[in-house]
Amino acid sequence: MPAEIWGPVFLTLRLATLSTVILLVLGTPLAWWLARAQARWKEAVATLVALPLVLPPTVLGFYLLIGLGPSGPGGWLAGLWGGRSLAFTFEGLVIGSVLYSMPFVVQPLRNAFEAVGDRPLEVAATLRAAPLDRFLTVALPLARPGFLTGAVLGFAHTVGEFGVVLMIGGNIPGETRVLSVAIYDYVETLQWPRAHLLAGGMLVFSFVVILGMTLLEKRIGRARG
Amino acid sequence: MKNLLLAVFMALAGGSVRAEEINVAVAANFTEAATEIATAFEAATGHRALLSFGPTGQLFTQITQNAPFDVFLAADSARPARAVEEGLAVAGTNFTYAIGKLVLWSADPGLVTDETVLSSDGFTRIALANPETAPYGAAAVDVMRNLGVHDRLEPKFVRGNSIAQTYQFVATGNAELGFVALSQLAGRTEGSAWIVPDDLYAPIRQDAVLLSNGAGNPAAQAFVGFLKGPEAAAIIARYGYGTDAG
Repeated sequence: MPAEIWGPVFLTLRLATLSTVILLVLGTPLAWWLARAQARWKEAVATLVALPLVLPPTVLGFYLLIGLGPSGPGGWLAGLWGGRSLAFTFEGLVIGSVLYSMPFVVQPLRNAFEAVGDRPLEVAATLRAAPLDRFLTVALPLARPGFLTGAVLGFAHTVGEFGVVLMIGGNIPGETRVLSVAIYDYVETLQWPRAHLLAGGMLVFSFVVILGMTLLEKRIGRARG
Repeated sequence: MKNLLLAVFMALAGGSVRAEEINVAVAANFTEAATEIATAFEAATGHRALLSFGPTGQLFTQITQNAPFDVFLAADSARPARAVEEGLAVAGTNFTYAIGKLVLWSADPGLVTDETVLSSDGFTRIALANPETAPYGAAAVDVMRNLGVHDRLEPKFVRGNSIAQTYQFVATGNAELGFVALSQLAGRTEGSAWIVPDDLYAPIRQDAVLLSNGAGNPAAQAFVGFLKGPEAAAIIARYGYGTDAG
């Protein structure tokens, strides 16, 4: 297959991997807080995180286009290394993907942390485990299935992202021309053999990911039960 | 609940009885002119033209897949001709309704004076419409090739999905400058622009064609007739398009 086809594939994998890592790093403390905190306004924060589930990608794309641009915070950030806008950059896509896929990572993590419950943590506390110790050696291992689900969903959802990328990407090969945009282009320019190749690949990929995750979750469930 | 459904159904059915409705696929650069023409068309004939906007290539792809369009206003002459060849449009009905003009435009009032800006290093991103699907994008590539700056500028390209998205990339300042349609700047004075001389690109002959879907529809035929008439011509000229007449 020519580079024209492989380019978007590798770019998409790079975007999804990086976004997933960032999502896990940001999502874990957030989900922990949402699961454990008593603050009354925490559900407002949870709602903010969940918004991309229901908003059309055009809403996020529109705000990102302005926010990443020269008069928004993205322009200021880009200015730190001499750029003027984060739109049309790989970094801009990572920011968009993290926002867009956030609920897919935070929700499973929060559920997993809530499922751990108070009891194991209280027991650990009576054994004089410090809070960080309790989190790292008790809560994290018990919440492992949540991490698996969150990581897989976050990764897969980023791979499947389209609307936001179309609006803030600018279709630059090697930088923002991801799989979904490449497929769209091939369809629109009637290059259907190529569109079939990539679209078929996505279909198989998505099927394998979801099936694999379901089977793995079942196995973990059995091992515990 | 039943009454509500009935009321909704009556309202929907009633709407289509009053006036004939047709669907028109419109190239993105012609958005504003077409909207004005559709309003004038409705005032003159009572028929309603529902407009769908997009890049010409994308609209054409939809037409090959039996999209329910009655008339196609493209941004080139190739795709309407191909629609006729492939039996998707009525032979002999294609005609040039407008000749498009390309502009190099920036939201920054001081940036664009003439073509010299293209050889300067005064910008990081230049926007153009995707040359594969949008004729204005192909024309922009022509211009840069003829000026000998294409290969040097290519790493700075951002490609809009249509000329409308290209305009928006430049308007938001995310790209410092870009090639847009003169019609998009009609009535706007902000920023700086250079109207690209005609000899730098092949004329953007924008053809319209009556699609097979609308062949037997009097309202679709009326729309094509209206587009050729003086009222539409005045609107088209006001948006900065050339016509075959002058």
